[in-house]
Amino acid sequence: MEHRENIMDYNIVKAHILAALLFLGVSLIAGLLYSLQFTGDYPFRSVEFLSPGKIRMLHTNAVAYGWLLNGLLAGVYWVVPRLTGYPPLSRALSWFIFWVLQLLVLATAVGILAGYAQAIEWGETPIFVDPFITLGLILLAVNFVPPIIRAGKDAPLYVSLWYFTGALVWVILVYIMGNYLPQFFVPGAAGAAITGNFIHDLVGLLVTPLGWGLMYFFVPIIIGRPIWSHSLSLMGFWGLAFFYPMQGLHHFMWSPVPMYVQYSAVVATIAIEVVVTTVLANFILTLRGNGDYLRHNFPIRWFYTGMIFYWITCFQCAIQVTLTVQKLIHFTDWVVGHSHLVMFGVFSFWIIGMITELWPRLTQNQWYSERLHSWAYWLNTLGLALMFITLTIAGVVQGVTWWGLNHFMDSVVFSLPFWYVRTISGLMIIAGIAIFVFNMWMTARGHVRDEARLAQEQTVAT
Amino acid sequence: MEKKTLRESFGFILLVAGIGFFVVGFIFQMLGPVVFLNKIPMKSVEEMASRVSPEFTLLSEDYPEEFRKAFGEPTPESYAQALLEGRDIYIAEGCWHCHSQYVRPIANEPLRYGAVSVASEYQNELQLPQLFGTRRVGPDLIREAGIRSNDWHMQHLYDPQSVEPKSVMPAYPWLFDEDGRPTRRAFSMVAYLQWLGSWQNPEEKER
Ligand code: HEC
Repeated sequence: MEHRENIMDYNIVKAHILAALLFLGVSLIAGLLYSLQFTGDYPFRSVEFLSPGKIRMLHTNAVAYGWLLNGLLAGVYWVVPRLTGYPPLSRALSWFIFWVLQLLVLATAVGILAGYAQAIEWGETPIFVDPFITLGLILLAVNFVPPIIRAGKDAPLYVSLWYFTGALVWVILVYIMGNYLPQFFVPGAAGAAITGNFIHDLVGLLVTPLGWGLMYFFVPIIIGRPIWSHSLSLMGFWGLAFFYPMQGLHHFMWSPVPMYVQYSAVVATIAIEVVVTTVLANFILTLRGNGDYLRHNFPIRWFYTGMIFYWITCFQCAIQVTLTVQKLIHFTDWVVGHSHLVMFGVFSFWIIGMITELWPRLTQNQWYSERLHSWAYWLNTLGLALMFITLTIAGVVQGVTWWGLNHFMDSVVFSLPFWYVRTISGLMIIAGIAIFVFNMWMTARGHVRDEARLAQEQTVAT
Repeated sequence: MEKKTLRESFGFILLVAGIGFFVVGFIFQMLGPVVFLNKIPMKSVEEMASRVSPEFTLLSEDYPEEFRKAFGEPTPESYAQALLEGRDIYIAEGCWHCHSQYVRPIANEPLRYGAVSVASEYQNELQLPQLFGTRRVGPDLIREAGIRSNDWHMQHLYDPQSVEPKSVMPAYPWLFDEDGRPTRRAFSMVAYLQWLGSWQNPEEKER
């Protein structure tokens, strides 16, 4: 095996983390701005470039390609050399992909604001950006597949690498399927079948497998014991791989898409909830007897909070996907709450937890302040919980007014209080992230706060 | 050294999970609908615009000067062009993130919006890419044609709160010139809105 120093590139991990945080900032600001449209306080009324509809697309695309993809890739660059013992194909290629990704996210942002969005939800990347993203994703696979193949020559692959292998292939197929077919070849209802699957597969076949791959690596390493059951790991992976590509149509229930597709999407969605429960049981049992980590170890706390949110999300999926519940909640803010729970509460929490674990090692410094970290954790967790609850209730309210044939404006007027609370919850999240980033910055500068002494001084003062 | 098992090898995961399962899902969930719906003939914009809508003609009569500058005469060609451009604004401005375009057969939607949507209504060039939408901040628009007047739409696009004080819909003043008179973009937008579901209107149905 080559020497560690030669196979690890700490700088690329760091670069991806910083880029991720930059775009997280962009998407948080965009989200806040869009929420202000709903309370009637949008500050850039009559600025065409910043029209609220565009800001919404900026928000979701910055999350998908800027924050999540960068953040998860930082983890992949950390994990793959360590698990396989080999570096990615080429360091130059890694950096090339890094800069291409940032350029493409920027091009997407500018393209959307300039009015070139593509009408594919979560794939609003303009048509002229799509081919480059496709190429970038292929290069990504080219970069990471060689170490995985080499590692597979002498031993079975570890769970994380199953997920990474899957994700690297899926994302190429998913991207090509979702961005070209419904745009150029397949109109109407059949096109919706494809777009629905694209919305879902970007979550299920890119973000989810990369996220779980990271969990399977970091959790056992931090708590120092192996994953509880290998069989459950196998079940989780193959269950996800089989059922995920079949459920995307649940985004268009009761639509003119052939009914058999809708029924099977419901079945697959409920099936995945069973699979997810096995994965979660596996992780909870891995932690068994070590519950203390949740209190003292921040990465583990972020990870397991995310997992609990994940289970809630999937449990919610299994219920809301049924044709009965869809009657009430589809088209409402319920779904918006659901998507924030999974995109922020799960995957963003995991990335933040991962940064928490890696940042001191990347900067060779101790975390500046545990107390600030605690603040960041609670502001994010409570902010997200508040957002989820308020949007869920708003969704039911909207659904009921529509079903009850109220004047349409009732659904808007009755939602107002919930929309105010949503803005407040968003501010909590922004504050939490700001504190986290400040903490990172101070850590990088090498200050360590002596919390014990501060606490002592405080007790003396009072 | 651990024993190698097939299911934990790169090739197997790549071929079965990575490609195999994805293809199964693709065939079942996506290719199926494509094949079934392919029987419905695909309509081009030119076909659908072959007869100019009464609203489009009305636009040329109500705003003669502005309309002439923007589109000249209300011909099938200019109407087709207006529909395409209106659709593009609808996409660029993200209208489709606040408005859906299909009526479901449940939850009293046929009472609120009108006829339940069927697949053939979407087999045309203006639904490539499709614009079903996933959120209704505002009402569904697939039965919008003829419900409101052109003037209502113009006023509403220019300043929604002047029509519906509590509305959260953004204003689109850049579809109009400095004096608030409609430009080519405003005409296109309104033509597109008045097209949505026009095939359901009595006079169109008779054809
Ligand atoms: C932020 C969400 C939002 C966006 C973006 C949005 N709308 Fe709306 N729209 C609404 C709401 C809420 C209403 C209901 C209140 C009203 O009539 O203003 C509405 C109502 C409408 C109506 C009236 C429907 C009827 O017959 O009652 C039309 C037409 C319309 N919007 C078209 C558009 C177009 C075209 C765009 C894009 C240029 C657009 N909307 C963008 C929220 C939005």
